[in-house]
Amino acid sequence: MAQLTYRDAVARGIAQEMARDEDVVFLGEDIAKAGGVFKATVGLLEQFGPLRVRDTPISEQAILGAAMGAAMTGLKPIAEIMFADFIAVCYDYIANEFPKSRYMTNGQVKCPLVVRVGNGGGARFGAQHSQSIENWVMQFPGLKVVAPSSPVDIVGLMAAAVRDPDPVIFIEHKSLYATTGEVPDGEIVDTLGTAKILRTGSDCTLIALGMMVPRALAAAERLQAEEGISCEVVDVRSLVPLDTQTILGSVARTHRVFTIEENPRVLGWGAEIVSIIADEAFYDLDGPPVRITTPNIPLPASDILEDLAIPSVGRIFETVLRSMRS
Amino acid sequence: MEILMPQLGETVTEGKIVGWHRKVGDKVEAGDVLFELETDKVTMDVPATLAGEITGIFVNEGDIAPVGAVVAILTQEGEAPSTYVPPTAAPSPATATQPVAVPSPAAAPATVSTPSPSAPLDPYNSVRTPERIFAPARTATGRHATPLARRLAGLAELDLARVTGTGPHGRIVAQDVRDAERGQASGTASAMPGGASREQVLALYKGTDFTEIPLDGMRKTIARRLQESKQTVPHFYLVADVNIDAMLALRQEINLALPEKVSVNDFVVKAFAMALVRTPAANAVWASDRILQFQHADVGVAVAIDGGLITPVIRQANTKGIAAISSEIRELAERARNRKLLPQDYQGGSASVSNLGMYGVREFSAIINPPHATILAVGAGMRRPIEAPDGSVRFATMMTVTLSCDHRVVDGALGASLMADFKKLLEQPLATLL
Repeated sequence: MAQLTYRDAVARGIAQEMARDEDVVFLGEDIAKAGGVFKATVGLLEQFGPLRVRDTPISEQAILGAAMGAAMTGLKPIAEIMFADFIAVCYDYIANEFPKSRYMTNGQVKCPLVVRVGNGGGARFGAQHSQSIENWVMQFPGLKVVAPSSPVDIVGLMAAAVRDPDPVIFIEHKSLYATTGEVPDGEIVDTLGTAKILRTGSDCTLIALGMMVPRALAAAERLQAEEGISCEVVDVRSLVPLDTQTILGSVARTHRVFTIEENPRVLGWGAEIVSIIADEAFYDLDGPPVRITTPNIPLPASDILEDLAIPSVGRIFETVLRSMRS
Repeated sequence: MEILMPQLGETVTEGKIVGWHRKVGDKVEAGDVLFELETDKVTMDVPATLAGEITGIFVNEGDIAPVGAVVAILTQEGEAPSTYVPPTAAPSPATATQPVAVPSPAAAPATVSTPSPSAPLDPYNSVRTPERIFAPARTATGRHATPLARRLAGLAELDLARVTGTGPHGRIVAQDVRDAERGQASGTASAMPGGASREQVLALYKGTDFTEIPLDGMRKTIARRLQESKQTVPHFYLVADVNIDAMLALRQEINLALPEKVSVNDFVVKAFAMALVRTPAANAVWASDRILQFQHADVGVAVAIDGGLITPVIRQANTKGIAAISSEIRELAERARNRKLLPQDYQGGSASVSNLGMYGVREFSAIINPPHATILAVGAGMRRPIEAPDGSVRFATMMTVTLSCDHRVVDGALGASLMADFKKLLEQPLATLL
């Protein structure tokens, strides 16, 4: 058991899979010699050599195109898009190529690759380098999407993503890289499509993802300590596939639900979950589902404004309290 | 072919299988009785609709299953064996018969939760919308209730109109329903706080010998419906004395001519039905936001049976002869005592007659059987002194009747007019024979 940063967990997760399977290769901008712009891939070049760990030119289309070609011809590439926002630059691969290749070739061409992206705000990077893009990628049938919130989940879900026969978008949160957590020794392999209940509670369910997970946990602590409201906190972890059993099971116990989303409000992942709850668990609801999100605005670079825009522990606390007490 | 628990009556949600007439492996013909079923109102035989072999039974004798549940599998000749697997073990009678009686503040979420999907669900491709729609979001009185509150109230057969909402904007939330349900389980509605709970009553009789009688479906239905009626229907009462000497003489004459005797009550039912038709505004029922008025008088007749009572309805009693009414009541009462009435035998009607005269009761007031607008409580015919037209005292057979009226439908003068018609018809009974 070791205390590991979220950042170091990325390198450990990739290394675990590269050591296990020599078909796993890793490519991206500044990921090799520099050890990654966020220093999340330090040491991989030294451990696995330049043939398997490759720096690329600044061209997201080239990175994903090369990754797809490698995947089609038998490798299991991991590609990095440094800032998740630049998924938009190489959207054709994401939308039209990766998710459809196996279907359109009747299984003759497979696309077993992983795209790591640095997602989310809180680091004062401004409107084009801070976005939460989960809903940009979760809408394509054929694409899987995970977003771990802790070091141990990074390692376990990385293994699951690399071993999955289909393309997986692996969403890392930039503002979590410095956080730490316990990671057991030895090989860790998790399962796609599983959520985790991080805190049990009886009054309401807070469903969170990525950086919103630690904030939801902190808000839940305060709500219990100051107001006696017992919150269950569910880390969604995997948006596609989605662990509806855990989510609906929790709603059936608490009867109230809040989604804590970093993305701008319109069509956020929480809207999809709330819609499923409305369909599946309508008669379990004892109050309206509430979505706590960033407003529908470009994220400001100003620290004060960015902190106001993204759901904070205080805002989660206030919103849950108001909804539960009104 | 899956054999389902039938729906007997709109408000019936579950049924108890009293006995299986067939077992797994038996061959049956269409029409053969498969099992005997008991709901809160009736017992009836359920026949097979097709020929085949019983290849599975999922609800055992004495067990209760919800309406629509698969109770057995009938495999027709040449049909592939069914792959139906019951979702869980059949509910035990203990848990299924007492959902209301158990106050369960903490355990409630576990007992009411929707069964979680047993197989992983692909939510992006399919969803399971609720199979049962519970009460509307807005009650007739304009109050709102959350979906969970509506489900809990629906399962507990609790009328949301009687639950006080404590949520935002007076919305009825789950806790309100649980509170009301606890009140009801201990015999008190939420509208009447301060009633004794089961624990309090038990404590009161600690040290005294008593037998605990569990509530059966009929007792629960009577308790719920009549408490609801007495608490929510604005009753008022009209009492009149009726001279029945002429009617008794006429009855005696008729009975000399008929093999089956007609009773005083048969005359009462006929006269009341005719009076209802002559007073159309009182021949009506309350329907929440409107009144339904009828052309013919369908009159319920209260029949005491073992463990309770039931009120089968004589349809269009105004059009039927006394002898016909008499034999119909006899036949319905017989079936009621055997708990073989069908929902269509006791549903509907606009008024009822309840007669306790045969027990020597002089007079009493009855509780209206919703949605009826009136009920006539009939006492015993007794020889009483009355003033004759010439001022002298003589004896006549007098019968005291009490008409309970729902003031939402029947006002005082209207009720009095109905009563006057009834009294006149019974005192001059030849008209009832026409």
